[in-house]
Amino acid sequence: MRTSSEIETISKRATRAAGFPWGIAEEIGKNIKTLELLSLTGIENLNLYLRSVKGKQVHGPKEICEDNSLESAAYCPFYTGSALLDSANKVEEISNLTFHSINFPILLIPFLNRLSEKIGKKILLRIDDVDFLLNLNKFISASKNFEGMVIESAKIVRIEVLENENSFSEKIWDELYDLSSETFVEETDRLKENAAGAGLADND
Amino acid sequence: MTSINHRSANDIMTLSRLGSFYQSKLSFLRSFIREFKDWDFSTDLFELDENGYGTAVYSVKKNDRIYSLVCFANELDSRDRSDRVIATKWDAAFVLHDGIPSEEDIIRLKKNVPKQEVGRVSYKELTLSRANKSVRIFEHTVEALASGNQPDKELISDVGYLYRTTAVYGSGKFGLADRYRIKDRSEICGPFRLEMMLVYLVRQFTFDQVNHIAKSRNPSNAVKLSHDIARNLGIGNSTGLGMAPFIVNHPTLLHNWIYSREEALKQIRSIQKVDIEDFKKFKECFEKSKLNIDTWKTDSEYQTKKIQRLIKDLDSFEKNYLLNIKFQENLFWNKLYLWVAEHLSEEGTEYIVSMLMEPYDKIVDPLIQNMSSDEDLFFDIPGERSVVDLINIINKNYSNILNLDFNSNEETTNFWFISKNKEEPRVANRYEENGSTLEQPLAIARDISALLKRLNECQNTETVAEFLMDNNDLRHVVRRCFIIEKFPYSEIQDNIIGANLVPIDMLRLKLSFFGAQKFDPRSDKWLRINMYQGAPLINELKTANDTWIYNRL
Repeated sequence: MRTSSEIETISKRATRAAGFPWGIAEEIGKNIKTLELLSLTGIENLNLYLRSVKGKQVHGPKEICEDNSLESAAYCPFYTGSALLDSANKVEEISNLTFHSINFPILLIPFLNRLSEKIGKKILLRIDDVDFLLNLNKFISASKNFEGMVIESAKIVRIEVLENENSFSEKIWDELYDLSSETFVEETDRLKENAAGAGLADND
Repeated sequence: MTSINHRSANDIMTLSRLGSFYQSKLSFLRSFIREFKDWDFSTDLFELDENGYGTAVYSVKKNDRIYSLVCFANELDSRDRSDRVIATKWDAAFVLHDGIPSEEDIIRLKKNVPKQEVGRVSYKELTLSRANKSVRIFEHTVEALASGNQPDKELISDVGYLYRTTAVYGSGKFGLADRYRIKDRSEICGPFRLEMMLVYLVRQFTFDQVNHIAKSRNPSNAVKLSHDIARNLGIGNSTGLGMAPFIVNHPTLLHNWIYSREEALKQIRSIQKVDIEDFKKFKECFEKSKLNIDTWKTDSEYQTKKIQRLIKDLDSFEKNYLLNIKFQENLFWNKLYLWVAEHLSEEGTEYIVSMLMEPYDKIVDPLIQNMSSDEDLFFDIPGERSVVDLINIINKNYSNILNLDFNSNEETTNFWFISKNKEEPRVANRYEENGSTLEQPLAIARDISALLKRLNECQNTETVAEFLMDNNDLRHVVRRCFIIEKFPYSEIQDNIIGANLVPIDMLRLKLSFFGAQKFDPRSDKWLRINMYQGAPLINELKTANDTWIYNRL
């Protein structure tokens, strides 16, 4: 088994060798380590992507908008991911973003996972017809089994910042609260008289 | 009340200053020995033939945690013995196993550990190393013991070890457990603990091996290596350039090491009323340590000058300060430090700084808990920050290097790269060797200068996020700026690609925190050191004191 340290080092060096700057290569080293720890196909997607772009010019967004597209090319997942992560506040503000065509979009996931942690909100990522729910860089769930998943290019990638909401009803919460309150002890009047704040004039 | 501040990063983080650091109570060898006192030790397997070749397993235990050192000693043709990292065979190979190895584990390890970098270990293994015998004293020691005598003390003192390691690997290399698997273990709470444990146990193996061979050679007359001699044998180590990029690539870790040293110094200088007993302890360690300096042997002109400078400094300190002063409690250490900083070179000053820590377990021990770091926590760039903020950070924190002219060949002579042959860091002349297009991102001073220039041209750009969209080629140093903002000692405030670079200054910095002694540069790019010389033997650990490092034969 390859260790996380080896995965990070080799991914970083390979990314640099394919022509990306060291700062981006450092990001990719960390990201591929995360993808592999989450059982997503980081190494395979990375290898295919780097081989497809080695020595070629690739493009990221020049600004982050609601609707993003390039005239005659697909976005690079590295430059797009790092721009989104760097612009976390703007992404949160826009909250619904669309990118028309991104290559190897699985490689975007760890950037958005880190973004989710940074802003403290879940992110729904839709890559064509596959949904990924990214939860504060803690775990990922998907609408399809992602084992062995390689996506060379996605026509539409949608990013939705989800507002923090409970996944349970108030009724269920109340029931659980009632159960938890069985750990409480009823206070006697004597104890109440000695509790914090008791006996003082409020305006002294 | 006098307010004493930390020494500034601009003063401390220069290569010449960092290359003048000495071991101290903060050093990992010493803190490991303090921490290791209450561990139980046992020899679980010792199957060596009459020549000392075979397998041995030692285990150490604390509460429910057990670590085992598995040793493989092999016959090695003298023509194959090499300290260079490109060597492929060694006299012995070692691995620290997590728990007690099964028979299957030992069979697996026997196939892989002697191969080192081309072998493969598993997440059940924690650190990996190999070592070669010191030809000068190994056979002499065996022969002496076999004939009923102890080895020559002078020779033992000169060399200082029976074996010399050439690498100690950890943290996910070659299949070893990743750091995250072990970083929260409560019984190992300082940096490089498991590397220190491996080397300490290897030292025990070297004693057992010489005793075993001597006994096999002459069963009726052989004697065991005396404890006094054994105690004064450490483990040698040949160290090359690999350590230099490490300190650049671990900025928050570097900060935590230096900060701990500076915080200790600050707290000691701030003691209002110094206890005379603490002063006596300082003097005692100072006097003992001075006696050791004449055992630091080197052929290196560079190191010889440094040692001579140190001796001159310490003589001056003794004659002009220590012997003349009247002990006064009030801010005594601060006055002493100010005299030292004014009158001694960096070499002498840093030596005294290390000495000042000797009486102060209470100050030093809590700092050791903070000498590890998780670099990932500080990896993300705060893209929402303004370009103006970033310019201010650079001007505030990198003033030492902003005046350098990186258009000159002088300041850009060298480049750092990874050797294709051995996947190890190397440095070479950019204008004489090929490969500078594959330069590693270690030219921080040059790239910070380029970043500042680029930022000044982009003043209309508001945020760092916007700046990076067009300037990702400088992303690696943008990240470092936001690290240094929080961790002022995270950068070497010098140019590590300039013509005047002495790479062993970087090695010495790291090795001083390891607790190494007897720096012996063999060129400007690698050196030999000694670890654990004077350290208590395994059966003495429980009662040993912490000033063992100043013991001598």
